[in-house]
Amino acid sequence: MQFLQLVIGGVAQGCIYGLIALGFVLIYKATETVNFAQGDLMMLGGFLGLSFMVVLGMPFWAAFLATLAVMLLFGMLLERALLRPLLGQPAFTVVMLTIGIGYLARGLVTMIPGWGTETHTLPVPYRDEVLRLGGGGDALILSMEHLAIIVVTAFLIAVLFLFFRFTKLGIAMQATSQNQLAAFYMGIPVRRINMLVWGISAAVSACAGLLLAPITFIHANMGYIGLKAFPAAVIGGFGSIPGALVGGLIVGIVESLAGFYLPEGFKDIAAYVVVLVMLAVLPEGLFGEKMRKKV
Amino acid sequence: MRFLFKTRYEQDVRLFKHGGQKFWYGLLGAALLLAPWLFSDYFVSQLVFIWIYSIVGLGLMLLVGYTGQVSMGHAAFLAMGAYTETYLQQKGWPFVFSLASAAVVSGLTGIVVGLPALRVKGMYLAISTLAFGFIVEEAVTRADGITGGSSGISLGGLEIFGLPIDSEQRFYYVSLAVLALCILGVMNLMRSPTGRAFVAIRDSEISAQSMGIHLARYKTIAFTLSAALAGIAGALYAHKLRFLSPDQFTFLQSIELLIMIVIGGLGSIHGAIFGAAFWILVQQFIVTAKDWLPPAIGQQTGLQPTIFGLCLVAFVLFEPLGLYGRWLKIRTFFEMFPFYRKGMFRRQKSYLKSERLK
Repeated sequence: MQFLQLVIGGVAQGCIYGLIALGFVLIYKATETVNFAQGDLMMLGGFLGLSFMVVLGMPFWAAFLATLAVMLLFGMLLERALLRPLLGQPAFTVVMLTIGIGYLARGLVTMIPGWGTETHTLPVPYRDEVLRLGGGGDALILSMEHLAIIVVTAFLIAVLFLFFRFTKLGIAMQATSQNQLAAFYMGIPVRRINMLVWGISAAVSACAGLLLAPITFIHANMGYIGLKAFPAAVIGGFGSIPGALVGGLIVGIVESLAGFYLPEGFKDIAAYVVVLVMLAVLPEGLFGEKMRKKV
Repeated sequence: MRFLFKTRYEQDVRLFKHGGQKFWYGLLGAALLLAPWLFSDYFVSQLVFIWIYSIVGLGLMLLVGYTGQVSMGHAAFLAMGAYTETYLQQKGWPFVFSLASAAVVSGLTGIVVGLPALRVKGMYLAISTLAFGFIVEEAVTRADGITGGSSGISLGGLEIFGLPIDSEQRFYYVSLAVLALCILGVMNLMRSPTGRAFVAIRDSEISAQSMGIHLARYKTIAFTLSAALAGIAGALYAHKLRFLSPDQFTFLQSIELLIMIVIGGLGSIHGAIFGAAFWILVQQFIVTAKDWLPPAIGQQTGLQPTIFGLCLVAFVLFEPLGLYGRWLKIRTFFEMFPFYRKGMFRRQKSYLKSERLK
C-alpha cells in the first residue's frame, strides 16, 4: 500500500514535470530552441492566476482560463519581440537569450513590492480534501491536489493530441516541426506558427504552475522546478510529445521512491542520475527519433 | 591605419602582432603592477575577484567559445578546486603543490564530465553537464567529513615559500601572477595545433573529422583543460574568501559564468577578462547605486537579477559579439576613419539551420 501511495505521489509530481517538459518539447520541435525560461513562464502563470483570484476576485475556474489566455498571448509576444530577431542564429545564442528572459522574469516579479517577495497560497476550492480508496487501516489516500493534477494533465494531453491530429492548424504545426523549409514551400506561414507554438508552450507551463501552486506555494523561485523537467524531456527523447509525459512520470516516480527508500539527499539528484544513465545508454531517449546529420 | 605585411610564417603565431601591441600591453601591465598602491584596499579586493573570475572565464571560454561545447556545470569544477585546495592546505601542503593538485583533481573530474560529450552534443551535452553540476553540489553537501557539509569550512592563512600572504596587496600579486600565467598558457595553446583543432571542432565537427582531427581526444582535452583552469580559480577563490560552503557553487553560479563570457564576447581571450570585469563591476555598481536610488527600488532583492537579465538580453540581441566585439568596432571605426561602414560586422543573414536534416 505504501509503495502504491508513493507511486501516486510520484505520478502527480511527474505530471508537473511532464507538462513543463511538454513546453520544452513543443518549442524544441518547432524552432530547435531549448527554452530555459520555461520554469519562469510557469512561475509567471502562478502569479498571474493568484492575481486574478485575489486581486480581481475571480472564481478559480475563470482565473484558470484567464491565466491560460493571457499566457498564450504573452508567449506569442515574447516570440515576436525577442526570439524572432534571432531566427537563424546558433542555438547557443538563443539559449542564452532565454536564460536572460528567465533572469528578467524572476527579477521583475521580485521587484513588485509586497507581492513578489512573499510566498503565497493559491486559494483553490479543492484544498485539503482527500479521497479514500478502500477501507480499513491501509486505505489508499489520494489528496485532491494530486488528483486534480493527474486529471487536468490527462485532459490537456488529450486536447493537445486531438489538436495535433485532427485540426488543420495542428497538422500545419507538425509539418513545420518536421521540415521548416518544406512547410514554407507548402504555403504554411512558418513564422506565425512558431509564434503560436511559443504561446501554447507558455500556456501549458502556466497550467503546470497553477496545478502545482496548491502543493508548493507560489514564489519567485518556483521556476527552478523547470530544471528537473530537462531530465524528463531528455529521457522521453527531446522532440517527442508522449515522450515528454512519460519522461516526466519516470522522473516523478523515481524521485518519490528515492526519497523514501534511499538515504537523504538522493531525492534531489535522482532525476539527474537517471538522465546521465539514460544519456550513456540510449542518448536518443525512449521515444526520440534517431538523427543523423548528412553533409 | 596599420597594415601588417606578413613575410614569414612565424608572424602568424607571434604573441604580439606588432610594436603597438607590445607598448600598450606593457603599459597595462605596469599599471596593474602599480594598482595596489594607487587604490583602496576595497577596490584592490574587487580587482582580485576580477582576476579569479577571469581565470574561470578563460577556462569556460576555451570550452564554450573555442571548442563549442557547452558546459552548464562549471561551478562544480570551481568547487572541486576550492575544496581540494582547502583540504590540502589543512594537511600542510605547500601552496604550489596544492594549487597544482587542485588543477589536477579538477581536470580529472573534467574528463569524467566530458565523457558524455563524446556521444551527445548541443543541448544534450548542456543537460548532462547540468546534471553533473547538481550531483557534485549535492555530494559536496553530503561529504561533510572533507567539506564541512552545509555549515561550511574555513581556511587558514596562506604562505608561499615562507612568505605569509596576509594582506590584500600580496594576494593581489599572487592572483595576478596566476592569471598572467593562465592567459599565456591559453594563448600558447590557441596558436598550437591543439588550439586550432578546438576551433575546427567548433566550426564544424564533420569537416574537422574529415581533416583528421580525433574528435573524442580533442573534446576530452578541452574539457580537462577547462576544468583544470576552473580548479585553479577555485583554489584562489578559497584563499580569497577563506570560507567555503556548498551554496557558493550552485547551478546559478554556473549559469552566471556562462552569462559572463557571453557578455564579454565569445571566442576571444579578451572576452573572458572583459566579461569578468563587467560582472564584478556591475555588481559593485548595484551595491553603490542602492544608496542613492529611492528605497522602493534600491532595496529590492530583485534588482540584481533584473539588471543581469536585461544586460544579457540586450547583448544577445544588439551586440552578439559582446564587449570585445564592441571594442573591436570602436577601434576599427577610429582606425579606418572615415571609411567605417555600418555593415562591416553585420551578422550573416541565415535561415534556420536544422540539426535534423534527413
